[in-house]
Amino acid sequence: MSAREIVTGVCYLVASFLFLMGLRGLTHPDSARRGTGYAALGMLLGVVGTLVQQNIVRYEMIAVGLVVGTIIGIPMGLKIPMTKMPERIALSHSFGGLAVALVGTAHYYAGEAAHDRFNMGATGFEVFMGAITFTGSLMAFGKLQGILPGRPLTFPLQNVITVATLLGIVGIVVYLVVDRNAPSAVFYAMLGLSFLAGVLLVLPIGGADMPVVICLLNSYAGLAAAASGFVFNNNVLIICGALDGGSGFILAMIMSKAMNRSFANVLFGAFGTEPTGPAAGPAKGVQVNEATVEEAAELMKASTSMIVVPGYGMAVAQAQHAVRDLAGLLEKGGTRVRYAIHPVAGRMPGHMNVLLAEANVPYDALFDLDAINDDFANTDVVLVVGANDVVNPAAKNTPGSPIFGMPVFNCDHAKAVIVLKRSMNPGFAGIENELFIHPKTMMVFGDAKQTITKMNGALKSDSH
Amino acid sequence: MIPMPVLLLCQAGGGAAPHAAPAGTNPLQVVFFGLYIFMLAAFLGFQVISKVPALLHTPLMAFTNAISGISLVASLVAAGRGSLDTAAILGCVAVTAATINVVGGFLITDRMLKMFRKKPGAQEAKKA
Repeated sequence: MSAREIVTGVCYLVASFLFLMGLRGLTHPDSARRGTGYAALGMLLGVVGTLVQQNIVRYEMIAVGLVVGTIIGIPMGLKIPMTKMPERIALSHSFGGLAVALVGTAHYYAGEAAHDRFNMGATGFEVFMGAITFTGSLMAFGKLQGILPGRPLTFPLQNVITVATLLGIVGIVVYLVVDRNAPSAVFYAMLGLSFLAGVLLVLPIGGADMPVVICLLNSYAGLAAAASGFVFNNNVLIICGALDGGSGFILAMIMSKAMNRSFANVLFGAFGTEPTGPAAGPAKGVQVNEATVEEAAELMKASTSMIVVPGYGMAVAQAQHAVRDLAGLLEKGGTRVRYAIHPVAGRMPGHMNVLLAEANVPYDALFDLDAINDDFANTDVVLVVGANDVVNPAAKNTPGSPIFGMPVFNCDHAKAVIVLKRSMNPGFAGIENELFIHPKTMMVFGDAKQTITKMNGALKSDSH
Repeated sequence: MIPMPVLLLCQAGGGAAPHAAPAGTNPLQVVFFGLYIFMLAAFLGFQVISKVPALLHTPLMAFTNAISGISLVASLVAAGRGSLDTAAILGCVAVTAATINVVGGFLITDRMLKMFRKKPGAQEAKKA
């Protein structure tokens, strides 16, 4: 063992420890930043440990990649607004997938994979996972960003074609492992099919299911990195890949549990068709209790306790700062304001928490579903800001509803409900919401940010 | 002449990888060693990540994304291996993509975590 190998070994060992310490830091908001620092130091050690290796002899390509990556990475870290976080995360998964797919392809191209069967199999798996993560995440990004339609895109025999593509990839990898003299075109066909599979897998998934998909892609990115650890016999890659893969998987489980759906249903169900016609009105003969901004403000002012239920609509309207100001005004008047955050509110896990934290809402005012759901009964007012399915009583009361069984907030247990909504359009799940026609509910239509800003104006002019 | 697979197994060896293994070591042993590492790391990760509160799930995703940029390590080897061929160019693009994740990922995780505070305290929300 040369001195260089010892340096590399020690760097990787310490790096792995620092990554675990970093992850542990994330178990509490107070230690999380320090944890991130540990992990960043671990990453630096990983890079240093690699650069001292004997088999790295040219540095031009490395320097170009590091410089260009840093130039792009800094604005991606510092400039992207918090409301764009799901898009940002989806995009970075695609970069992660791309890196792994390219490393595997380069490994194969250089003729280093076909020497032993296991290495060929691991390379095939690495390239497959990397490639589906790349195109799948790009599709997710396109849907979140609105470049692609957010509704599920379906075509005849879709699931059959997707499964056939996946089976084809598996078949080719097996062939490459068995016949180590297979022409390289076979490998590149597998690469192409894997890119296609990523597109096919995300195409039929609707906007409201994005939290699960983003988590699964996070998991795939990790598994791809772990596979490359097997290809290069590199433990730090295996460890990081396992952590990333495990994390994405846990989050995906939490998300699908919060929607009372299985992975298979999310991936192949093409759930949540957006309403087709513009502004589909409420069912005939149903009375919607529409209220003015002033009436709603009056009700909130008179209350002693209020729970805010934010949803994706808050992110779209960028209403988080207005919500925080509203809470501040009400708290001055003696109202206790708390926030109820559903696991699948928004487009990714924790989406609402980050937006509210950005607006300076203290995190001890944010409550999980289980922590706050019994308190709705003792609450004067519930303010629903751009949330829909997570407050739909049909999930509890209507066995035939597509969302039946999904845990939802007990908004109807509170004394009064104020719903801020753009129009009477059903949510992404495309289901009528009984809460909106509930006798306790007053609907205030309009852009959430403008509506709340007007409410704040009304509350201020009252107090003067 | 040492056979290529053995060379490959010896290069880029991780911390406790058996790269002290003499020529002729059964590659299968190395594979199982890797699987043990994977299993233990996945188990440990599962335990730790289950304790991350829902509050921090978005930073958790950004964080794991940043550390999955560890594929930079493999990308560096692909880009710096020697010949300036297609493989090196693929490696260079891989280094770029992984670096974006590492740099951008850690910066954005820290930026998010900075925002999580307990009580607003003296400073009021000052956002346009």
